[in-house]
Amino acid sequence: MRINGATTVLELEPRVSLLDALRDELGLTGTKKGCDQGACGACTVLVDGERINSCLALAVQYSGREITTVEGVDHPLQAAFVANDGLQCGYCTPGQICSAIGMLAEHAAGAPSAVTEHLCEPDPELTDAEIRERMSGNLCRCGAYNGIVDSVREVAVAEQLR
Amino acid sequence: MTTAPARPDAPPTGTSGPYVGAPVDRVDGVVKTTGAARFAAEHPYPGLAHAALVHATIPRGRVTWIDSAAALAVDGVLAVITHENAPAMRPVKTQSVLDLSTLVPGSTVNHLASDEVHWDGQPVAVVVAESRQIALHAASLVRATYRELPSTVDFATEKRNALPQKKSVVDPGRAAKGDAEAALSTAAVAVDHLYTTPVHHHNALELHTTTAVWDGDRLTVHEPTQGIDWTRKHLAHRFGVPVENVRVIAPFVGGAFGGKWHVWAGTLLTVLAARVVGRPVRLVLTREGVYRTVGGRSPSEQRVALGADADGTLTALIHTSVTQVGRVGGGPEPATGLSRYAYAAENVLVEQKQIALDLVPNTYMRAPGEAIGSFALESAIDELAHELGVDPIELRMRNEPERDPIDGRRFSHRKLREVYALGAERFGWAGRSLRPRSTRDGRWLVGTGVATAFHPANLFPANVTVRISADGGVLVRCGLHEMGMGAATAQAQIAADALGVPIESVRVEHGDSTLPAAPAASGSTQTASIASSLLAACEKLKRSALALARGSADSPLRGAKPAEVQARDGGLHAARGGETYAAILARAGRSSLDAAVGAERGFAAVAGQVRFMSKFLLDRRRWVRAASGAQFCEVRVDAHTGEVRVTRWVGAFDVGTVINAKTVASQLRGGIVMGIGMALSEATVVDPRTGRIVNPGLAEYHVPVHADVPPIEIHCLGDPDPTMPAGVLGAGEVGITGVAAAIANAVHHATGRRVRDLPVTLDDLL
Ligand code: FES
Ligand code: FES
Repeated sequence: MRINGATTVLELEPRVSLLDALRDELGLTGTKKGCDQGACGACTVLVDGERINSCLALAVQYSGREITTVEGVDHPLQAAFVANDGLQCGYCTPGQICSAIGMLAEHAAGAPSAVTEHLCEPDPELTDAEIRERMSGNLCRCGAYNGIVDSVREVAVAEQLR
Repeated sequence: MTTAPARPDAPPTGTSGPYVGAPVDRVDGVVKTTGAARFAAEHPYPGLAHAALVHATIPRGRVTWIDSAAALAVDGVLAVITHENAPAMRPVKTQSVLDLSTLVPGSTVNHLASDEVHWDGQPVAVVVAESRQIALHAASLVRATYRELPSTVDFATEKRNALPQKKSVVDPGRAAKGDAEAALSTAAVAVDHLYTTPVHHHNALELHTTTAVWDGDRLTVHEPTQGIDWTRKHLAHRFGVPVENVRVIAPFVGGAFGGKWHVWAGTLLTVLAARVVGRPVRLVLTREGVYRTVGGRSPSEQRVALGADADGTLTALIHTSVTQVGRVGGGPEPATGLSRYAYAAENVLVEQKQIALDLVPNTYMRAPGEAIGSFALESAIDELAHELGVDPIELRMRNEPERDPIDGRRFSHRKLREVYALGAERFGWAGRSLRPRSTRDGRWLVGTGVATAFHPANLFPANVTVRISADGGVLVRCGLHEMGMGAATAQAQIAADALGVPIESVRVEHGDSTLPAAPAASGSTQTASIASSLLAACEKLKRSALALARGSADSPLRGAKPAEVQARDGGLHAARGGETYAAILARAGRSSLDAAVGAERGFAAVAGQVRFMSKFLLDRRRWVRAASGAQFCEVRVDAHTGEVRVTRWVGAFDVGTVINAKTVASQLRGGIVMGIGMALSEATVVDPRTGRIVNPGLAEYHVPVHADVPPIEIHCLGDPDPTMPAGVLGAGEVGITGVAAAIANAVHHATGRRVRDLPVTLDDLL
């Protein structure tokens, strides 16, 4: 498996989820388990730059793909989360950060969301409503949503200026 | 989005330094955003085995037969533990206020000690295996048959059999002044309605999990708990080992909200399983397993009746409630608690009743009592305002009490007029039409609503040590709980100001029973309780530092008196000059200076507990102390589908001193977000025939998501409560109170429909 830029060889039962492989076999516990059912987003990782719920993925299906977990992330979002207090307990945080990175890439690629007014618009503006809609697969029970949206907006704006 | 700063005007007083009140970044922000923070299920152990639970499928009865053969035949299964082969745990102790750890058992059941089943979902077996996958699979192969006994599981049919709650030191359960029923019947204007709220679940994002490691008769437990010390004592008791032999570790807790206050079945059974297999064992409950074995908030039916003169002066206030407990545990929900203090009615009756059901015992959930009680009371006052045709804030202000309306105690810090004024101004309340359904924006009916937030402030004893080292570093040690409140950050700010050192030089060690014991993190008490001891410890430390310096001929502090000394710039300063702690220590040839508060043992600890309880009760007789606030919101209701969206929120609060403008605002927002869920989507559904929870997961129990939460503006008065340590009233729970009522009131304003049964859903509005 290719994880955070390194290659690891693992022997796993086929029923082991990518999430359990990361946490229990590789000790990469930054990726969290909140439901194991695809309902919370705490387990979000990036696979070839796209966000997935690793609890719904079988590890054996991901050999050869480039997997990035929060331990392999070095992104301005992390500092933005701290500055905007986009976290409380911190349990959803790695998933929020990985999800936001994937979401920004989706948006940059022109993908619309359920609240995008004109689906054919090449470059939908990343409004707060768009951020909230696109991040709604990541639950935060502590309710740090405002700070998360602030962080994502801040980083998105900075990236556009670059 | 523009979010105003949390503390717009006056700086908080009560401490002198630069950190208290400032929006300091969380000390654990970096480890939590890089994945380095290790939560309870994330500590590796060699030979770690994994556990899974098998849950009873009847509400009450006996296990007649349990078949483990198929599970045991699975490769990698180490043990299947049932009542037939489980080693005995000691039974639960009787509750006593002199040993608060007796309050933490989630239920009185001695798990796997007998064939008895007390609720649907109670564990009847634990499977231990080499991996989590094997354990879960094998658990699915365990078969049980039961002899079912008659059970009562349905709140709606049983509530008529409710009996008065038992009186306790913290909640009398009933209070009355005058004859409220008589006053109601002769009132010029009256409202009298029933309000209901369903079961709620905490759904902390981190699943309940335990890792238990025995080494002879020494036990180490990684457990995301809100009560390290009491969990430790409880485990020592149940497993018959000395308290000193048990270590409970919980530096980070992935959300709790009351759900991790008690010690539940999973914890005990993991420790038991580790003893059986002689290896470290980890249990991570499934999300469903959390619903089956960890209690939620009690449902309620509440009656609120208000009678008033034509000018809006309240003559009668009646608030009664029925809530539930489990037949084998759970505590009384103080649903009417806030109505004792809310309004200056001439005649008041508050009374709490409850029923016991064959369900998993209920537990505390964020603002137990006030969260649901404020929905009923603050909806009713809005209904009365509507009847009278007056502005709902105006009605509240007309009835704002000067003293405790029932027994005349003084309020230590009643600032409702101020928070309403502040909130109304920031929200733009003035000029709001009184008429429901008066604003429409395309397909949206727009309404605004308001409600009072209220949560009592309390204190518990806390043990703290503080050390200053020769390099100027400060180490605060306290077994406090960091579940997202920013507790370690707040205490670091307090210590830095008290000692006059830069916050970067302060380290707070927390979350471990090897540290001086903190009280459980509950009742919004943690910050104030620990601040009280921490400030005392810092004072002691400064005195010992001064004692070292003032006797020395070459110290600029020579002969200085404590009263003339200021702590700043990393040391102590008097009129003739000062020096750093590092310099004082170096001259004295000391590597460090230490101070401890409250770290007593044995008899001294019991005496301390008694002293504390008497002061606690005395304070309660003297003062009504509470955090409070005013919740303002705007909702939009789709005229065609009945969909409700919350589009604007302003919360103005009095939480006493704001230690950290950033984290306090976050905590208050978090409460409001949970309140939005309570208002519009959250409900645990119990099958009325079988007592089984039918929506045990995040896909069926809907907590608010990003798209449900508008920008939430938080404003705090920032004015210290003179009777509380550091002036702090607590911010963990007040945020959720009043939220559901504000939304229901706004929905009424938008649509003309009054919804008295939570959650407010589309079908209520079509
Ligand atoms: S753990 Fe994967 S979505 Fe919840
Ligand atoms: S920070 Fe606790 S769940 Fe998001």
